[in-house]
Amino acid sequence: MMMYATRTRRARPEPFALRPGIAERLGLPYMDAALGLAAVGLVAFSIFTLGQATLHDVPGSPHYFVDRQVTYAVLGLLGMYLLARLDYSRFRELRVGIYTFLCASVSLVFVFGVAARGSRRSFELPFFSFQPSELGKVLLVLALAGFVIDGARRGSARQRTVRYLCLGLAPAALVFLQPDLGTALVYVAITLAVMYVGGVRWTHFAAIGAVLAAIIAIVLVVAPAIGTPVLKGYQEQRLTSFLHPSADPADAAYQQNQAKIAIGSGEKTGRGDRATQTRLDFVPERHTDFIFAVIGERYGFVGAALVLSLYALLIWRALRIVTLSKNSYGTLVAGGIAAMLLFQVFVNVGMNLGIMPITGIPLPLLSYGGSSVLATLLAVGVLQSIHMQARLSQKGRFAW
Amino acid sequence: MSNRLALRIALFGGVALALFGVLFFRLWLLEVLNGDKYLAEANNNRTREFRVSAPRGDVLDRSGRVLVDNRTSLALQLNPRKLPQQPARRRRELAQLADLTHSSLRRVRKLMHEQQLAAPSAPVTLRRDVGHYLVYYLEENRDRFPGVEVQRVFVRRYPHGTLAAHLLGNVGEVTEEQLKELRFRGLQPGDEIGQDGVEDTYDRFLRGRPGVTRIQVDAFGQPTRNGRLVSKQPVPGHNLKLSIDSAVQEAGEAALAGRGLPGGFVTMNVNSGEVLGLGSFPTFDPSVFTKPLTQSQVNALYRDPVAAPLTNRAIAGLYPTGSTYKLITAMAALNSGVITRDTPIFDGGSLTVGGQSFQNAGGAAYGTLTLVPALQVSSDVFFYTLGLDMWDTGALQRWSHMLGIGRPTGLDLPGAAAGLLPTRSWRDRLYAAGETERPWSAGDNIQLATGQGDLQTNPLQMAVAYAAVANGGTVVTPHIGLEVDDAAGRVVREFEPKARRDVHVDAGYRAAILEGLHEAAQAPGGTSYAVFGGFPVPVAGKTGTAQRVGHADQSWYIVLAPYPNPRIVTAVTIEEGGFGAESAAPAALQILEAYFDKRSSGESGPNGGSPG
Repeated sequence: MMMYATRTRRARPEPFALRPGIAERLGLPYMDAALGLAAVGLVAFSIFTLGQATLHDVPGSPHYFVDRQVTYAVLGLLGMYLLARLDYSRFRELRVGIYTFLCASVSLVFVFGVAARGSRRSFELPFFSFQPSELGKVLLVLALAGFVIDGARRGSARQRTVRYLCLGLAPAALVFLQPDLGTALVYVAITLAVMYVGGVRWTHFAAIGAVLAAIIAIVLVVAPAIGTPVLKGYQEQRLTSFLHPSADPADAAYQQNQAKIAIGSGEKTGRGDRATQTRLDFVPERHTDFIFAVIGERYGFVGAALVLSLYALLIWRALRIVTLSKNSYGTLVAGGIAAMLLFQVFVNVGMNLGIMPITGIPLPLLSYGGSSVLATLLAVGVLQSIHMQARLSQKGRFAW
Repeated sequence: MSNRLALRIALFGGVALALFGVLFFRLWLLEVLNGDKYLAEANNNRTREFRVSAPRGDVLDRSGRVLVDNRTSLALQLNPRKLPQQPARRRRELAQLADLTHSSLRRVRKLMHEQQLAAPSAPVTLRRDVGHYLVYYLEENRDRFPGVEVQRVFVRRYPHGTLAAHLLGNVGEVTEEQLKELRFRGLQPGDEIGQDGVEDTYDRFLRGRPGVTRIQVDAFGQPTRNGRLVSKQPVPGHNLKLSIDSAVQEAGEAALAGRGLPGGFVTMNVNSGEVLGLGSFPTFDPSVFTKPLTQSQVNALYRDPVAAPLTNRAIAGLYPTGSTYKLITAMAALNSGVITRDTPIFDGGSLTVGGQSFQNAGGAAYGTLTLVPALQVSSDVFFYTLGLDMWDTGALQRWSHMLGIGRPTGLDLPGAAAGLLPTRSWRDRLYAAGETERPWSAGDNIQLATGQGDLQTNPLQMAVAYAAVANGGTVVTPHIGLEVDDAAGRVVREFEPKARRDVHVDAGYRAAILEGLHEAAQAPGGTSYAVFGGFPVPVAGKTGTAQRVGHADQSWYIVLAPYPNPRIVTAVTIEEGGFGAESAAPAALQILEAYFDKRSSGESGPNGGSPG
């Protein structure tokens, strides 16, 4: 259908077909400038914050985290650009390969992965450790959207719903077993979002909701009661600790309370280098999961609100791209990515602000970490690609 | 795009909007509305306060000679946070430390537990005064003893050994009960305060104010680099100048020690109440309290009821006084009109009252006597007669009471005893309660007239009474604290306690009594002529030989000098020292020699000075 449309338009050449300029040749006019600015702005903010907050973290190399984050960002932006220039629709054809790669990579960490803090999540590569489950978020969106489009006519509505659920929850289960509860939850959110945008019936969502509630009840209440806990002790504690603060520094609730104090103490304009909470180890994981607390303490309400606004811009542009997409696959992919971003931002920032449990979900683009930055920038690249294809199709010609 | 999809996207957007709304609201709540509260919490989070003890002030004698100062000592401290976390390694280190400090693992653990309760973040002091060798050993093996620190602390030093031990007192950690007292408000467990003597009385001047070092710490309580925040310097305590004259004090202690018997002495200015010397024998070395006591020290200090070296006999003794009491009896008799200066009384060697015979000491009989010769020879019968004449008038008790017998003197030292003045009502009350076999009788008053019987007093009360007669009627408040100086030597505070009260002393009576005492000391035939006859300074002194049940006679001597306008009074008592002239009088002579020797070699005395 699309092919016909473009051909007819192509038959009408423009009157003054000038040689395209450099920007046009780079494809920049077809990209979403606001989306790109939001992503670049967040990455820049991340590097700026890490530069100030982690000066003394690694003795002898004050720029340890900054140098690495800059490297990841450059690689990620490059990847984002290249993805933007690709037609994302090809991923739909590659869905089986992508899905297989996803499941294989998150499984392989069980064999080759390095253990860190009790879980195997990543491979040790020469220059950085690669966490396949991060890239897997994007892969899951691309593959699942493909399956949804492809299977839209096969089987009854109920069968389809169950099929999508199984396809999404299988990698989620693998990740959960690593164990990485936070990322598994992101996978679940992605799955549900893709199904939602894909048009799965409300009644099915209601049923899923009921089952989910039952599972939560069993995991948190029934299973421990009969002596076969599903969650590790620390996981359960993290999930429930925001409901009851504690004073034990080794305790999850203590960490959360310290993050809250850190953010609160920033007041309106922040404490800058006089920050103590995030400088003196009161807040753990300040360069990764709790980087928002650093921003809150150092740059105050102004800085934290700026960051939140950039995320709002990012997600607004993602949702806009959902509506712009030239095909349903693009709609589903953009919807999945928007949900992925929204879920991570809300859970992570909410955890920093003390209204969500600690789940170990990084803050996209801000938290230090190659895999996460790379994966998120690639996701933005996919969004750009959808935007570009939509613009090009409106304009009536392909870029090259 | 279908309508159904558009609805779903719109809902998605709505949810996103709502979630961002929640985040923004929460952020605003934390940072803008409650920011100050969290900032306060953050500041509270990151600082720990350590107290830095202030050196106590020095204690000086009246000429500025140091009696107590401080030395720094090395204390072995343990930072529990830096100890190995593994129980086995921790245990091994503690056991080794216990070995090195001649302690036991159990005691080390107990110490840690106690001090941790009192001050959770402060290091635990395992032992003070550790030797240099141990310190070197620990420094060399630092990695084997994580958490061990050596700290300089202040410890009291007594450059003159036992000198004035009973006055100075000692310093110790404030106890739990003391923390509840008003005057120790603001102190913390582990702070040191004066526990006895002037260290206790003048603690608030000597103590100083501890400094505070606030250290920025991280989440694990470890100090951060450049983490020293505002710190308050400790303020050293003020110096306390005592009225004690070291020469007099030394002479008095040497005089008592020379007799080798338990006893006490006091030398006091009769006009101001400034105590020039005050001591007790047996004595002790106050520096033993700067270290944990050994068992043998505990036994010697606390478990010996006969020697009782910690007892200050000059102020806490409870003794009859013997004939030294006759000054008070004479005052009472003269004032109540029982006799005049010239009333003759016949001394036939004994006085029989109600079938009971009271005899002169040594079986002497002096014939007819008036007051002055009666004092000179210390005729007991003369004063028995006065006691008998006043037995139901209460005059003797009234005058004893006015002159301060059996009541607190107001001395600025803890541990003084009030004593007991036997009165008619006292004994009658006892009798009514069935605690004694007879009511008040003339015999009781006859006993009291010569300082025998139930009377319980001490050298200090007697010195105050003698001083009141000598100075014309002022019952002074004896005191040892003279002034408080700051580190630069400026006087912060002077102590001139008001006189307790004034009594009317007739000049004629005073002259008669002093004359009698002067004759007793320095006229041939006087009771202490053998001791004071050759002393160049005219004095007025009275011997006393007190009989105590179950003890040999107790020797007393109280002397006013110079006669006829005394500046000082010296009272000496020696338990089981025999006759007054036998041991107490020679001791008093040693003290006076020291006092007047100093005066004659230095500038002229406070009352002299005009040429010609």
